[in-house]
Amino acid sequence: MSNSAEAGGQPARSLRDRFPLAALILERCLLSLILLLAVSVLIFAGVEALPGDFATTYLGQSATPQAVANIRADLGLDRPVVTRYFDWLGGVVQGDFGTSWASRNSVSEQVGNRLGNSLFLAGFAAIIAVPLAIGLGMLSVHFRDRMPDKIINVISLAAISLPEFFIGYLLILYFAVDFGIATFPATVYQGMGFLERVQTIALPTATLVLVVLAHMMRMTRAAILSVMSSAYMETAELKGLSSWRAIVKHAAPNALAPIINVVALNLAYLVVGVVVVEVVFVYPGMGQYMVDAVTVRDMPVVQACGLIFAAVYILLNMVADILAIVANPRLRHPR
Amino acid sequence: MPDQHLLSVRDLKIEATSYPPGEPPKRITIVDGVSFDLAKGKVLGLIGESGAGKSTIGLSALAYGRGGAEITGGEVKLDGTDILKLGKGGIRKLRGARICYVAQSAAAAFNPAHKLGDQVIEATVKHGLMSKDEARKRALYLFQVLGLPNPETFGERFPHQVSGGQLQRAMTAMALCSNPDLIVFDEPTTALDVTTQIDVLAAIKHAIEETDTAALYITHDLAVVAQISDDIMVLRHGKTVEYGSVQQIIEAPTEDYTRALVNVRQETRHEAPDQSKALLKVDNVSAQYSNGFKVLHGVSLHLCKGQTLAIVGESGSGKSTLARVITGLLPPSGGAITFEGKPLTPTLRSRPRDDLRRIQLIYQMADTAMNPRQTVRDIIGRPLTFYYGLRGAAKTARVKELLDQIEMGNGFIDRYPAELSGGQKQRVAIARALAAKPELILCDEPTSALDPLVAEGILKLLMKLQEEQQLSYVFITHDIAIVKAIADSVAVMHRGKLVRFGPKSQALSPPFDDYTDLLLKSVPEMQLGWLEQVLNTRRMASAGN
Repeated sequence: MSNSAEAGGQPARSLRDRFPLAALILERCLLSLILLLAVSVLIFAGVEALPGDFATTYLGQSATPQAVANIRADLGLDRPVVTRYFDWLGGVVQGDFGTSWASRNSVSEQVGNRLGNSLFLAGFAAIIAVPLAIGLGMLSVHFRDRMPDKIINVISLAAISLPEFFIGYLLILYFAVDFGIATFPATVYQGMGFLERVQTIALPTATLVLVVLAHMMRMTRAAILSVMSSAYMETAELKGLSSWRAIVKHAAPNALAPIINVVALNLAYLVVGVVVVEVVFVYPGMGQYMVDAVTVRDMPVVQACGLIFAAVYILLNMVADILAIVANPRLRHPR
Repeated sequence: MPDQHLLSVRDLKIEATSYPPGEPPKRITIVDGVSFDLAKGKVLGLIGESGAGKSTIGLSALAYGRGGAEITGGEVKLDGTDILKLGKGGIRKLRGARICYVAQSAAAAFNPAHKLGDQVIEATVKHGLMSKDEARKRALYLFQVLGLPNPETFGERFPHQVSGGQLQRAMTAMALCSNPDLIVFDEPTTALDVTTQIDVLAAIKHAIEETDTAALYITHDLAVVAQISDDIMVLRHGKTVEYGSVQQIIEAPTEDYTRALVNVRQETRHEAPDQSKALLKVDNVSAQYSNGFKVLHGVSLHLCKGQTLAIVGESGSGKSTLARVITGLLPPSGGAITFEGKPLTPTLRSRPRDDLRRIQLIYQMADTAMNPRQTVRDIIGRPLTFYYGLRGAAKTARVKELLDQIEMGNGFIDRYPAELSGGQKQRVAIARALAAKPELILCDEPTSALDPLVAEGILKLLMKLQEEQQLSYVFITHDIAIVKAIADSVAVMHRGKLVRFGPKSQALSPPFDDYTDLLLKSVPEMQLGWLEQVLNTRRMASAGN
């Protein structure tokens, strides 16, 4: 109703009415924090509920009840769960994820290195995948229901239908084994030059790009198509604009919200779902680190990895929400 | 010279494929054998009811077919060149440069994501007609000519930041920006309030005179087109009914259909002499939305049995809200409503079923007020079961009886709303209200979405039913002509306040308050030169102050 929009004329205008954008963004940030806290509880409880226990795995055959009790006391496992949780949370807030039970090293140090590697791989894949997906999406709207559209659709669907490890092995078979133009394994180490690094991660990057491309591209296509029937698209056509310009300048900005959301989901997937690809390509990232830790029941590492993955996921979705809010001119420029 | 005309259309034929529910697709002809000429700087009005093909003809001047419409025959010549044969690239060079379009709903036709100024100059700059700076200067000039507020900064605003009337003028500025030879105006004032319409109309007229642009002006309102056109073409079912100068069409129409259009607004009803015994009494009623925004401020009025109370006002004046308060959909925040001397409970939920039965509603959009998946039998039958417990044969008999009353045959009983015309839908909505045997019917702009002749039929039906069944109506409208035709008493509302209330003869005669005066003078009259007269009086009034 136009009436409610005029309500602003009254003297008692809340902060929310005056700065709708800031209020909404603040609300998102708060929600994310609460969500992260809830996730930390879930992770801690989940790890707690896992069958098996570090002391028994670690001691193996020599696990006498006395030895097990000693190790448990050593690691502080005899204290109540709630105390341990708040202890852990207190450390996490200060950036201290505790000490690895297996290697007796600081988890934060190890994670820092691994996380950098994972983010490098995911970031590189994102830089290629996001513009490519959106560009292809707009192209396929431009050529909708004609040959280029169909080809783009079929290829991206095929890519999403194959599991990522399969794509990974296919790429290794052709590019590393048969043609020998790419490196395998894609193991990076400290002191490697940037170019060398990029060359090394070419295959895992390609795998990730192929996996996330289809989803983003199809969403871009659907979102833009849904605004193509708007009256302002007819206006664009009757202004004599070219169909490509109408799509890029007039349709795309109004389809941003769903596109941003699906891009964020896929970026989160790139960081979190990178586990399998890292294992296939022997890439020293977070995923492999976590898989190793789970096998030996190294709980502080598992918790740290879980929490970081959750944080990345929540952060990216929060950024997507905020961007989608900012992309709305009605909120950016209130009356 | 054979081609002294700017635009010359010959034997235009436009077809589309329709997909009726449950039947194979079929070819339909939307426009058939229409021809006209338009000279430079002249305005041709295209007039007709919905479905007459007037918008389709207008868009053919841009070689554009909306929603699957295809131009299958004839020629559209611009300066002697048939634009239908230009091909995609050629026509694109003309659109937005030499021929521009002004849409009915500027609110939907402007892109919400870009500033108005950028959209206004976009086509001009893209076609390479002006540099960005020149185009901005031109836009500023046009904003001034069109009387937009703060023309220097107007272009910096987004579409949602300005009013509907301003958007419509901005759209006109967008069309004029490239110095086109021809503009197609597609019902540019239909969606506006009368008081806004007159300003936009005057601005458009002034701007096309100033820039010497030719125009096709499409509307269903003959009184509007009479103010702005040089020639008029009357269309019906895609064919030309009559084509001539404004003077000839308005003053000496030759066809019956044209005559009916010219005379459509000239009925008046004699008001009931005794207006003292109130059936419905609204006493000092106020209302507000849940966010605390007040929409009604102490409204008091009454309505007698068997009479009609017209509530007039522009959008946002609170007239529909008053109806919602009377029905109980929105509980009042103050005041009381009495019906036959007994107070009505404020909320719908606490009202006895018999009170609900006695007050019924008819909505503006019959389309959205009916379930598209129910047949006419179900739609009308529902209140019969709800209030009277009728079922089976008794219900069917009563539905048929009601269909008779609304002058529709029994053949319609198993039709779905999608298979009915706009007027028929509104008649079914009336039958649904009648089914409850109400004493009061609240009519919320039931005719404003309909073509004039169809609307007239609905009004006549309502008057006939009133006489037969002693019904009382609260009739919400923004159309003064309708008020004259049906009302016994009149209430004028403005910004949630009642500015005037009384028997029609009193309410619509001087001395007027400022708002009623403005409202009455803004209603287009079927008379040449009416717009100039009104503008002159206004200018004199403001010069006198």
